[in-house]
Amino acid sequence: MIQLVWLIPLLPLIGSVINGLFGKRMGKTAVGLVACVAMVASFLISLSIFIKILSLPVAERSVEVTVFNWITSGAFKLDVTFLIDPLSTIMILIVTGVGSLIHIYSIGYMHHDKSFWRFFCYLNLFVFFMLMLVLGANYLVMFLGWEGVGLCSYLLIGFWYEKKSASDAGKKAFVVNRVGDFGFILGLFLLFWSLAGHGITSLSYKEVFANIHHLDPSMLTIITLLLFVGATGKSAQIPLYVWLPDAMEGPTPVSALIHAATMVTAGVYMIARNNLLFSLAPYTGEVVAVVGILTAFFAATMGLVQNDIKKVLAYSTVSQLGYMFTAVGVGAYTAGVFHLMTHAFFKGLMFLGSGSVIHAMGGEQDMRKMGGLHGHMKTTSWTFIIGAIAIAGMPPFSGFWSKDEILWETFEKGHHYIWALGLLTAFLTAFYMFRQVFMTFTGRCRADHHTQHHLHESPKIMTVPLIILAVLAATGGIIGIPFFEEGTAAHHFLNSVFSSGQHVVNHAVAGGGHVANAAGESEAIHGGLELIMMGVSVAVGLFGIFLAALLYYEPMKKFAPSFWTPENLAARFKGLHTLLYNKYYVDEIYDALIINPIKRLCWYCWRFDLGVIDGIVNGAGWVTRLVAWLMHKFDVYIVDGTINSSATFVSWTSSFWRRLQSGYLQNYALVFVIGLLLIIGGALLGW
Amino acid sequence: MTNLLNINYYAVAPELVLIGFAFLVLILDLLLKGRDKAVLGYVTAFGLLVSIPVSYFTNEPVSFSGMVAADSFSAFFNIVFCVAAFLTTLISMDYMKKAKADRGEYYYITLFAVIGMMLMASANDFVNLYAGLELMALSFYVLVAFKINDNKSVEGALKYFVLGALSSGILLYGISFLYGYAGSTNFAEIARAASAGSSQNMFLILGVCLTVAGFAFKVALFPFHLWSPDAYEGAPTPVTALLSVGSKAAAFAVFLRFFAGSLAVLQPHWAMLIWVFSAATMLYGSVVGVSQKNIVRMLAYSSIAHAGIILIGLLVTNDKGSSGVLYYLLVYAFMNIGAFSVITLFVRNNGKGANICDYKGLASKRPWLAFFMALFMVSLAGIPPTGGFTAKFFILASAVNSRYYLLAGIAVVSTVISLFFYAKVIFYMYMKEADDASVFTASPGAALYNVVIVISAVATVLIGIFPSVFMDMAVQAVKPLLM
Repeated sequence: MIQLVWLIPLLPLIGSVINGLFGKRMGKTAVGLVACVAMVASFLISLSIFIKILSLPVAERSVEVTVFNWITSGAFKLDVTFLIDPLSTIMILIVTGVGSLIHIYSIGYMHHDKSFWRFFCYLNLFVFFMLMLVLGANYLVMFLGWEGVGLCSYLLIGFWYEKKSASDAGKKAFVVNRVGDFGFILGLFLLFWSLAGHGITSLSYKEVFANIHHLDPSMLTIITLLLFVGATGKSAQIPLYVWLPDAMEGPTPVSALIHAATMVTAGVYMIARNNLLFSLAPYTGEVVAVVGILTAFFAATMGLVQNDIKKVLAYSTVSQLGYMFTAVGVGAYTAGVFHLMTHAFFKGLMFLGSGSVIHAMGGEQDMRKMGGLHGHMKTTSWTFIIGAIAIAGMPPFSGFWSKDEILWETFEKGHHYIWALGLLTAFLTAFYMFRQVFMTFTGRCRADHHTQHHLHESPKIMTVPLIILAVLAATGGIIGIPFFEEGTAAHHFLNSVFSSGQHVVNHAVAGGGHVANAAGESEAIHGGLELIMMGVSVAVGLFGIFLAALLYYEPMKKFAPSFWTPENLAARFKGLHTLLYNKYYVDEIYDALIINPIKRLCWYCWRFDLGVIDGIVNGAGWVTRLVAWLMHKFDVYIVDGTINSSATFVSWTSSFWRRLQSGYLQNYALVFVIGLLLIIGGALLGW
Repeated sequence: MTNLLNINYYAVAPELVLIGFAFLVLILDLLLKGRDKAVLGYVTAFGLLVSIPVSYFTNEPVSFSGMVAADSFSAFFNIVFCVAAFLTTLISMDYMKKAKADRGEYYYITLFAVIGMMLMASANDFVNLYAGLELMALSFYVLVAFKINDNKSVEGALKYFVLGALSSGILLYGISFLYGYAGSTNFAEIARAASAGSSQNMFLILGVCLTVAGFAFKVALFPFHLWSPDAYEGAPTPVTALLSVGSKAAAFAVFLRFFAGSLAVLQPHWAMLIWVFSAATMLYGSVVGVSQKNIVRMLAYSSIAHAGIILIGLLVTNDKGSSGVLYYLLVYAFMNIGAFSVITLFVRNNGKGANICDYKGLASKRPWLAFFMALFMVSLAGIPPTGGFTAKFFILASAVNSRYYLLAGIAVVSTVISLFFYAKVIFYMYMKEADDASVFTASPGAALYNVVIVISAVATVLIGIFPSVFMDMAVQAVKPLLM
């Protein structure tokens, strides 16, 4: 079964090719069918591989499958090889599983679009690249996927390219990602180069990890920092997060699949995959954790005041990604991947739910014009609320277990400030998520009469994926519940992947001194403390929901003190509100500090190019043309002419047939003979 | 002396298959009337397809008393010949009808030309080689002149024929010197004599120089290239495609077997000769190509430049260089035939499309065709991710590996210069607006052209993306030479 792994990425690729080449003529039903069948088949294979992996003994759960030899150059050999281990198995399950649901949903959502086939072509292509990214057993295959998903993200954000804001957003995403990718590829070069210095010319994970101890810590720190720069681009972390909110210009299923569930988690996956490297570079780990928690916090604050239904979700995605980076930064890789998974469920669900709302509202995305939708679309509303509860971290829904595990691990590993900020972020999350729920689904409908008249629940093909995702969002946390003495099911499953990195971390901690004996003495206190922590975070979340309800939920409003209304608060904290509303002016700052200077520089370069470089190039071009012309003339006049000048004469004067008989042919023969004589002369002189 | 019945005919099985089909076409041509003759082209194409697996499975390294070496090397070349001829046959059928030259001879003479090439690739003896070379050359003289009512066609053929006869004479003269030197026309015997005797022997030097000149004519190396632009321009375009790919590959097969194989011990003595040939040919081809206005002539000079670069691989007498030559020829077959197919598609109606400026605005009228043409130009120019890039890369890597830095540098310069004229085609297709003069209506009968264009394009890209698959084949193929 595992040998069939190559089918998993191949099927979506075939779907993409079929839809790309013939989709225009196939009709919408056939296009949707091709794309979804490819995805579901791919999911089923992933599922059977997962079951197969579960049945294997732990030590044998890492299997490499070589598909073909890609590049061979001297000692350097690179294969397209897939790595099946617990981490990649979880990732392919998420990508193909959530991907299948979103594909099915898209059939309903995109039904009225004239470029239906193009959408599914891109979407399948994206899944192909994403699967290459997570399945690759070496850095180059991963990089292929890494760049490929970036391309597809660009294509899909700008899917409605007639709209200027959409094509601008696509460009912004692409350019910002390039910045990150530049760091990423530098990191790969540096890794390859420094390993080559120790005689290892391989880019496969296995060989790199086996030989990583050759590198000194400072080099590893630089490499991992550069890799992390790549991750900040792809996974929208400070300072490169600015593209993700704009990316909401794409169709909503795209936001769900690419900008919530899968592609943006690539950075987290990459760090988890390289857990050994990051564990050996503790300084980078700290940077990752701090950047992660700051992103989580600031994105959450920006989410507080957004009015666009998708923008709120976008900032929440950035914020949740920050949590994941915090987790992998402090070395809690399992917690990070676990949160990645639950986030894929509940955030995918909420994006699809928001899509369902937008669909019903006829394209309206402003929450101030919504309200009271609960009565019109029960399924969407209930599933959305389940997602909101999950993200707010209420037990027993999935988000509770994963977020709590991150917070607990952060606290346990001694990063108390990070934990505190994480807790504050959890409070903000609960607040803005329920602000969104109340504004959208409760109260009086603020839409115009025409829109109200058309409000309807979405078709089955859209609501069924919502229900399935809602079930997953509610129960997906089960694998993270600590039923076992030593950690959770997720820990057990992923342990083999992260054990090497974990070992390094534990070793370092033990070397540090007193923490080691503390661990032994306090198993009981430990468990108790964990329970208290859980209680605290639930309380904080509930408080957030309560405050949101006082502000935005009609039946609760009367209990609020008089200043506690959105308008009064905005007026009282005018400066803060404006700052948040304008997203800390980061886009403007980037414009002023980076983009405009670069534009000016470009302008100067352009002038320079026009004046100097073009001059040189043109000059070189003219010289080449001159030489060519001279050679041509040489051919025509000197070669032909000197050897037999009569031929030139004849070619000017005589008719075609005469020229054929007495003209060039003799010259050709003469040149031939002269060439021959030159060869022999040269040979006799001994070359 | 071997009894006629004891001869191992399996060694020439691919040739025999094609001879059978050639006679079948000949007989069918007599029997069929009128429109039924359309089947001849398909029979020919089918025969060429059949010959591919037969070539693949033929492995008789020593047969016909050592005259024929049907090994993995000849198998590789036979397959290239068959594929090239298969593709050009597909585009010939409609073209020849439009040119009012759809006579049955065309097909079986094409088959004879391929048989000649195959004999050359498996020849391990000058007698056998000469027979193959003449069979190929005589077939091509006829094919180039096939548009008998077109003055240019006849002119090109006549020039080709006269100069070809001259080169054959010189080649024979050279062979006779080598025979005088070694007492045998067999490559193995000559190799034995060369490694035993003095390298300063007059017979050997003259023999080598004269045979080099003979082969250089077939490959169209400067200054023995003068026939090729005229012949290419005059010949029916599908014939030009086959001539530029097949005839060149066959001559390189001989070059490799004789020089990189048998005379490898004398490499230091003939290296300088090939070095100068290579440098002069690639510079000349790319520089003169710049000033061409006719696209076929442009591709003729491009073909000359490519031959110069391939020659580098011959100079590097190790597995890297030799396999690089094979790989290059494989890629060249697809990208060149692809480009010629696009041209044929346009010139078949009224000759329009012969000039580069005729392609003005093609991208807006026929986007797919323009895309494929651009792909072939990009590959010919040697830009990734096409096969043309990897082919150049392997050749240059082998040169640098063997310390031919200057030659590799010249190759890079020549590539940069040649980019000018390849880019010009793309420039006209994409940057210029179509005017009334450029008519690209889709006329009927284009299906087979499209098939050939798509096959060539897919192959060009596939070879570029999965180089190691094809490189492995090439490395296997050159093993018998280097033993």
